[in-house]
Amino acid sequence: MTLYLLKRMAVLVASTAVAGVAVFAFMAVLPGDPAEIALGVNATPEAVARLRAQFGTDRPPAAQFLDWFGGLAQGDFGTSYVTSSPVGPQIADRLGVTGVLVLGGMAIALLIAVPAGTFAAVHHRNALGAAISAASQAGIAVPAFLAGILLVFVFAVRAQALPSGGYVPVAEDPVEWLRSLLLPWLSLGLVQGAVLTRYVRSSVLDVMREDYLRTARAKGRGSMGALWRHGLRNASIPVVTVLGLQLATLLVGAVVVERVFVVPGLGDLLLNGVAGRDLLLVQGVVMVLVVAVLLINFVVDVCYAALDPRLRGSR
Amino acid sequence: MRGRPNAALVIGGALVGLVVLAALTSFVWTPHDPTYVDAAGKLREPGDGYLLGADKFGRDTLSQLMVGARTTLYVGIVAVGVAALIGTPLGVVAGMAPRSQGWLSELIMRLNDLVFAFPALLLAVMLAAVYGAGTLTAMAAIGVATVPAFARVARAATMQVMVTDYILAARAAGRRRTAIAVRHVLPNIGSVLIVQASVSFAIAILAEAALSFLGFGTRPPTPSWGRMLQESQELLFSTPRLALWPGLAVALAVLGFNLLGDGLRDHLDPRLRRVRAEG
Repeated sequence: MTLYLLKRMAVLVASTAVAGVAVFAFMAVLPGDPAEIALGVNATPEAVARLRAQFGTDRPPAAQFLDWFGGLAQGDFGTSYVTSSPVGPQIADRLGVTGVLVLGGMAIALLIAVPAGTFAAVHHRNALGAAISAASQAGIAVPAFLAGILLVFVFAVRAQALPSGGYVPVAEDPVEWLRSLLLPWLSLGLVQGAVLTRYVRSSVLDVMREDYLRTARAKGRGSMGALWRHGLRNASIPVVTVLGLQLATLLVGAVVVERVFVVPGLGDLLLNGVAGRDLLLVQGVVMVLVVAVLLINFVVDVCYAALDPRLRGSR
Repeated sequence: MRGRPNAALVIGGALVGLVVLAALTSFVWTPHDPTYVDAAGKLREPGDGYLLGADKFGRDTLSQLMVGARTTLYVGIVAVGVAALIGTPLGVVAGMAPRSQGWLSELIMRLNDLVFAFPALLLAVMLAAVYGAGTLTAMAAIGVATVPAFARVARAATMQVMVTDYILAARAAGRRRTAIAVRHVLPNIGSVLIVQASVSFAIAILAEAALSFLGFGTRPPTPSWGRMLQESQELLFSTPRLALWPGLAVALAVLGFNLLGDGLRDHLDPRLRRVRAEG
């Protein structure tokens, strides 16, 4: 297990480095010189050269990359050429909001999917199970932002029970904070819950066909009891993998949902960065999101290996 | 034929057919000019030649939906096509690599994992920051982001094919590796790839809608479902039907391609059918 962990960590570090090169190289082809853009068309060549030296964009790309990437490792994301404010603190401010959004969405997805998926598997021969499968199939077809719009229509326009958008920091008013996050959470959670339900269902179905479950039933346990004691733990292994992938999907979904509900998270920051052509900001946020996905994959692989020892050798 | 088509295949095929029909029809006929701004017909109610009403610029919703279907299919076809053309050879090469070339397979799959860490939306945002938003950047981003799905599926299917007797026979007969890949592997992983294409198409529609919603997709005035949804949001309190129709269009199109994928999988894989028959 230790060897596996070390190998997997080496892959994580290497992937992060390659991702860093990719993001940097990609953004480095951006047409236009930040110094020229900042000073406008009437700037003297001397002033442009001075600002360029101040930005550090007069150095070779490799040096710029090492500077940027080295800074990342220490939490320094550089200073925006456009707004002259450091990028790191802006990202740190927003990271918490997006994190809470994603985790809340995931919690709702799990609360829906585990019971619904298990139920659909146990009742896979009758109409109730089929109805759950159909409902999850329909849920998968709805993008999170559309779910958001529908939820706003039901809860904000019709029922007028919840705000249609905006965000209140938890320190300001915990109740309003909860109310402002409820619809964004539901938009992410309902859709992901639908996706997850299918995996839980098929995973539980697979386990139900296993011999050890038949043995457990033969020993006199009820079918639900056997499933509870022996089935769900085994059924959880494939679900954990999907869960990791889903966290990554949720992270991206959050970018869009933040736009629907005007929640000041990372996605909002990213889109503002693109609108303002704020290169370092976009670079920084993209890097944070990509590293988050890589980290999630790492944790999933390690969990997987811990849950099922057979998998350690195969990679 | 391999037996009666199943319900998922029929319903999915019908929904996809509807979208394709709407898109094709829009080339020759739409009820109105979808981009015609009509100040007098602002937020026109449904009826009187405008079956689904008009938006805040007086543009006919039905016409916009029809041309939007064209946009959706266009982006989906190019993106999924690019992904299949890049991903399939990578997957086949990785899957066919003999044990002595394990590094090749490992390298391809690691690169694959890396691309997988860049979701379509992030790629599109980066492309938009550099080149500006548009249909082309959206297609490129969705296409590249879909490559890993094809590579993974193609590799897994290839590995299954490689242990069969007919591959052994071909190798014993002295067939070259490229010939084996083209003549024996590709035809036998075709059904898996078709299923993947259908599922990827559904994901591409979702991605395109999200990108257009954020303003990173097809540029105005070309209609797209995602942007119709975005424009409808501010009018949700007064004219919710403007969100209803494009929302329904996206959901039904995605549902259609997902069902088509599921249906094809069951239809093309007789083993699954047997399992299902056993219950």
